[in-house]
Amino acid sequence: MIDVINLKKSYGNLDVLKGITISIKEGEKVAIIGPSGSGKSTFLRCLNCMEDPTSGSIIFEGVDIADMRVDINIHRRHMGMVFQQFNLFNNKTVIENIMLAPVYIGIHDLNSKKFKNFFIRLRNIFSKEKKPLYEINTTREKIKADARENALRLLRRIGLEDKANVYPSTLSGGQKQRIAIVRALAMNPKVILFDEPTSALDPEMVGEVLDLIKQLAAEGMTLVIVTHEMGFAREIATRVLFMDEGRILEENTPDEIFSNPQNIRTKEFLSKVL
Amino acid sequence: MGNFDKKLLKFWEIFYEYNGYTKVLMGLRNTLYIAILGLVLGIIIGTLIAIVKVVPKYKILPRILDVLCDFYVGLFRGTPVVVQLLVAYYVVLPLLGINMSSLSVCVLVFGLNSGAYVSEIMRGGIMSVDHGQMEAGRALGLSYRVAMLKIVVPQAVKNILPTLGNEFIALIKETSVVSFVGVSDLYVAFNYIGNNSYEFMVPYFVMAVIYIVLVMMIATFIKVMERRLRKSDRRN
Repeated sequence: MIDVINLKKSYGNLDVLKGITISIKEGEKVAIIGPSGSGKSTFLRCLNCMEDPTSGSIIFEGVDIADMRVDINIHRRHMGMVFQQFNLFNNKTVIENIMLAPVYIGIHDLNSKKFKNFFIRLRNIFSKEKKPLYEINTTREKIKADARENALRLLRRIGLEDKANVYPSTLSGGQKQRIAIVRALAMNPKVILFDEPTSALDPEMVGEVLDLIKQLAAEGMTLVIVTHEMGFAREIATRVLFMDEGRILEENTPDEIFSNPQNIRTKEFLSKVL
Repeated sequence: MGNFDKKLLKFWEIFYEYNGYTKVLMGLRNTLYIAILGLVLGIIIGTLIAIVKVVPKYKILPRILDVLCDFYVGLFRGTPVVVQLLVAYYVVLPLLGINMSSLSVCVLVFGLNSGAYVSEIMRGGIMSVDHGQMEAGRALGLSYRVAMLKIVVPQAVKNILPTLGNEFIALIKETSVVSFVGVSDLYVAFNYIGNNSYEFMVPYFVMAVIYIVLVMMIATFIKVMERRLRKSDRRN
């Protein structure tokens, strides 16, 4: 699903990623662990081009999204991302946060279809061969209603339906992060990238966020998670990557990597954190 | 002060019986017209410039725009508004052969002038919004433009509202120079009353009071608006 080929990223003279090649298949749950400064967050952010790779390619569903000529926005719609700092839109209520992107993109697509149809009709008047129109089977109101219904369904799922019309500033960290996760889910992504989703949370709120991620994993969603929660990584991941100094030093199943690490750096790191 | 009541009577005579008040209303209308339209124009120009200033400059077009905006801001912050008004009215427009009412010239000049100031205010506002907001928008597949206009700019506007209020108040007071190009504002109106009654004490005093009341009304309006925009910060 995602094939990363010799990905490199440098800031000026600082090489953060020094050539990463990895392939992530559909339904996999990949956990990335490693000491801080090892480039794991940068790697994750390169996967949806939040950081533009310096060189290398990222093939997502057959398209090289590292290519600057590709319209990255279309591909990002299929890759959800959850941040360490939640990043809920502060000027929008909870439900508006979830609805914003689906409604905007739905209406944008509708309008561009209408726009194209207008020119096709104009062309059809003057030419003999009639070009078919784009099919339009929705309206603005329907897009909005559907998005609202979907948002409410997602909020019900995480038990925060009563918070639909409040602003994010009134919520706890755990609630914010769960809403950030369902905001990503509202786009029906094929993969979700988690950038240390629990690192900014109070300890007692970590559980509720991890539970939601576990649910997603059980439903078969493809997940890529940068995390410091080793127990959690061991529990849900199908594959664990250990990164240090911009390289993947070891990748294996969680049982293997946690109980029988091969690389000396992995051993050292795990002995410190476990 | 013995003849103060006489002065007041004289003022009232010109103000009420000789239709001085229509001039005052006209002046008030012009003042507000120039200040409000100028501010609207300024906010539009300022927002555009601020966005040009904050977009990433990988490509050549943003760089060119950046230089142009620097020039524009330097030009309009570097000269007094009176000079801009006079140059626009007596130099630029005749040279270009454009026929324009002096009122429109005022709106244009004040708009361009406040655009230069608002651009810096707005830039500060945009930079005060956490970068994560933009990232979250982009991660959902929104374009830079949409994420900027739907998420970042509304939050920036909320942050800079007190400063924008300042700008509006400054604009209202600065409009008192429009008589240089023949627009009748409050000063012209009260000057007319003074000239006709040979007495300037009361008219100018009333003029000052009108300005103060105007500014206080605006300050209250801004406060109300700020409170409404702040509702997303409130914790309850």
